Order: sequence, then C-alpha cells, then structure tokens
Amino acid sequence: MRVFLTLFRVNLLFELAYRSNFFVQALESLSHLAFSILGLALVYSHTAELNGWSVYELLALVGVFFAIGGLIGFIIQPSLQQFMQDIQKGTLDFALVKPVDAQLLVSMQSMRIWKLTDVLLGAGLIGFSMWKLQTAWSWLRVGQFALALLDGAIIVYSFWMIMATLAFWLIRVENLLVIFESLYEAGRWPIGIYPGWLRMALTFIVPVAFATTVPARALTGRAQPEVLLAATGMAVALMVLARIIWNIGLRHYSGASA
Amino acid sequence: MKKSALQYWLRYYRAEIRAALLIQLQYRAAFVIWLLEMIIEPVVYLVVWSTVARARGGEVGGFSPEDFAAYFIVFMLVNHFTYSWTFYVFEERVRTGKLSFRLLRPLHPIHSDLAFNLTYKFLTLVVMLPTGIGLTLAFHPAFEFTAGQVLLAVPAVALAFGVRFVFEWAYALVAFWTTRIMALNEMYYVILLFLSGQVAPLSLFPDWVQTLSYVLPFRWMVAFPVELLLGHLDRGQIIAGFVAQAAWLGLSFLLLKWLWARGVRRYSAVGG
Repeated sequence: MRVFLTLFRVNLLFELAYRSNFFVQALESLSHLAFSILGLALVYSHTAELNGWSVYELLALVGVFFAIGGLIGFIIQPSLQQFMQDIQKGTLDFALVKPVDAQLLVSMQSMRIWKLTDVLLGAGLIGFSMWKLQTAWSWLRVGQFALALLDGAIIVYSFWMIMATLAFWLIRVENLLVIFESLYEAGRWPIGIYPGWLRMALTFIVPVAFATTVPARALTGRAQPEVLLAATGMAVALMVLARIIWNIGLRHYSGASA
Repeated sequence: MKKSALQYWLRYYRAEIRAALLIQLQYRAAFVIWLLEMIIEPVVYLVVWSTVARARGGEVGGFSPEDFAAYFIVFMLVNHFTYSWTFYVFEERVRTGKLSFRLLRPLHPIHSDLAFNLTYKFLTLVVMLPTGIGLTLAFHPAFEFTAGQVLLAVPAVALAFGVRFVFEWAYALVAFWTTRIMALNEMYYVILLFLSGQVAPLSLFPDWVQTLSYVLPFRWMVAFPVELLLGHLDRGQIIAGFVAQAAWLGLSFLLLKWLWARGVRRYSAVGG
C-alpha cells in the first residue's frame, strides 16, 4: 500500500504537468458514455427488458463496465505494457533489484491518472441506477457486490499478468492483450445474451463475464451464491497461477546486465 | 498523350501497391487485431438485437433474429470495404512533420493513402470472407439476394467507399488547425457508429434521427449498400440513394480541396 501511494504521488505529479490531457480524457470518456447511453436508449425504446435485465439494471452493468475498464486503463495496462517492454529491452533489472516484491512493483509502476475519470463515471452510473431502482439497502448485498467487484478486478489483473508474463518466452504478446481489449467490449452487455459457445469463451478463456456481468448481478441482488463462490475460486486460482508463471518466467529471464 | 497519362497512373499505383503490400505483410499481427475489432462489434449488436426480437415474440421493427443476422453480417463486410482510417493517422503526420516527405512527392498524398487502403482491403479479404461464412453458419441469417440487387450493390459499395474515403480525408485535415484531434475523433466515431447503421438498422431509430441520417453523409457510407443488397429498398429509394452518394462524393471533394489549400499553407515543419 505504501508503495502504491508513493508511485501514485510520482505519477500524479507527472500528469499534473500535462493538465490539458485531462480535458482530452474527459471528452473521450464522455463520448463513450454518450455512446453507451444512446445505445441503451435505442434498445430499450423497443423492449422493456433484455434477457431479464431492466434498463437501470443494465445501466448499472455499464457502470461496472466503465469502472473496471477504467481500472485497466489506469494502472493494469500501462504498468504491464511497461513491464513487457522492460523484458524485451532487458531493463527489468531495475525493478528486480528494488527491495519490494517485484511482481507488485511492475504491476503498479505506471499509471494514467486521468483514466480514473472512467472509474468515477462508472461509480456515478452505478449510484444513479441504484437510486432509480429504489434498491433496498442491505449489508449483505453491498458485501456481495464488493466481493464480486474485487473478484472481477483480481481476475482481470491476473489474466493480464499471465499474458504479460508470457513475454518472457514470446516476443509479441502486446497483440494478445489488444485482443482482450476488443473482447472486453462484449462485456458491455450481459453475458447471458450470447450464444453458448461465445458465453463459454467469454467466461473461461477470456474472463470478461466475471469482470462485468457477475458484479452487476450481485449489485442488483440476483447473484447466486454458487456463482460468487466460483468467481472467488477463479480469482484465487488465477492469482496463484499468475504467481507461478511469474516465478518460472523470472528464472527464464536474463537481463541486459546479467 | 492520353494513353501515356493512363500509363503513368497505372505505373504509379502499381508501385504504391507493391510497397503497401510489403509493409502490410510485415505487420500481419497488427492487421489481424484491427480486423478482430471490425468483427466483434457487429457480432455483439447482432446478439443484442436478436435478443430484443425474441423478447418481443420474434421480431422488432420488421426484423426477425435471422434478418438481424443477415443485416449485421452484410454490414460487417460492407463496412470492411468502405472503412478508412486517415483521420486516425493524419494528426501524427502533421505533428511529427512526416507529412513533409509526402508533400515533396509530385502527386497529392491522398493517392498513396488510397493505394494503401485498397491493398489492405484485398489482403484482409483472406480473413474477412471465411469470417463471413463462419458467422453465417453460426447465426443462420436470412439471405435472399437477387441478381439485380447484387449488381446494383457493387457500384453502391464503390461509391460508399468513395464518399467515406474522401469525406474522412477532408475531415482529417482539421489536424492542420488543432493537434488535439483525438477527442474529436472519438466523437466523430460515435456519430458514425450510430448514423451509418452500425449499432442498429436505421429504421429502428426515432423518426428525427432517420431524417437526419438522410441529410448527413454517414448513411451513404455503409447502411445504404447494405439495405440495397438485402432488398429493403424500393426503386425510388435506390435512385435517391445513388443521387445522395454522388452528391456527397462531389461535396467531399470540394471540401477536401478547400481545406487542403488552406491547411497546407498553415503547415510548417522543422526543416521544411
């Protein structure tokens, strides 16, 4: 946590030097938001529910989509892209010699602060939908949502981490990750609408379902306990797997100075 | 005299296409990724709208799930043919001064972009066509093409490409006046997504949006050839569509010339 705060401060200072980027990012986020909302408005002008989701439930899903997407863009993607570059150039040594856990360090070494706009926007959307849905508050539901969101974030992070670690063996992994980004777009909609084969792929091969649909279901009080359990199991398993592959990969790595 | 001019252009384009081919074969992975995005988007909307149709008891706005499948698969292919990306790269050319090299050539830089675009289109057909067939097998679209529709669709797609390429090339020139064009591009893209019919067939939109779509160029860039090919249009609509395409092509050319003449004068690069 202290490492995170230090890195956050450094990155913040850096980004504050380029404040006009904030407006570019804000415009970009607003365009995305307009796109999502107009799309929803169009779909729901023809139907009252989509696969069992009412319009505000789906808006909450879009909120989760923005929040997790923002998290990826804020820290996961820039850090791990830096990490992959370091492997290629042999500059990973600088991270390895620091007195903190190297995996932790490379996972948060680079941040795009303005991407937090998307996280805030997502949180706003979630709050707005909850208000519109007149949800009865219960700690159980808040807890379920928090757990599902945490699982989703861990799963997405671990997936990226595993892919990025493959850079120890393969040269052009960035491309694989861009594929994830385009598939993540599919998570804008509930996973249940996709035909079976696609749903399987979006759940197990590229775990988009756990990142968006599952937290949104928990939020709207429709998460089955077994799904939450599976998500937690998957999160833990992927995290362990990412660590194992990281360790094997490090042994494989020989730096520029070694 | 005339013959030698033609030979000149043929020689020029042959050289450009060969160069483009060599470049693109080097960056295969990057191109597959671009393609993937062009495929995922229509599949997502296909699924969303099919779900809506089923929830409404089989159809919405005259579209059954099979009709949606046909619409979005054809849309994917037409969109692929008319797609252009100048406005994504032009800002960088201006900002970094790379445009200077292109200005030194005796021909307008739009020609080299055109050659590059066409080469890409034909190269990626290798992926696009099998994808179209695969999606056809997966989603059972209701295709009924008549020979007449197919014949008319060919010039419609070509004109749609012309409108899109020239219009977007002209739009890209805004980069001469501002270097913060990224955010503008996002907005342009959102408008394009909706008004070209990529998110949904335009007949599903509220009336005022449909009216707007007839006036603006975006419908003529993709939706028109798609609807034409699928037999959604009557004779009058087809003629009106071709007229609109021709008009927008002409207008875009004028816009391009006008912006180019003013933009190039503003442009100054280090060492240029």
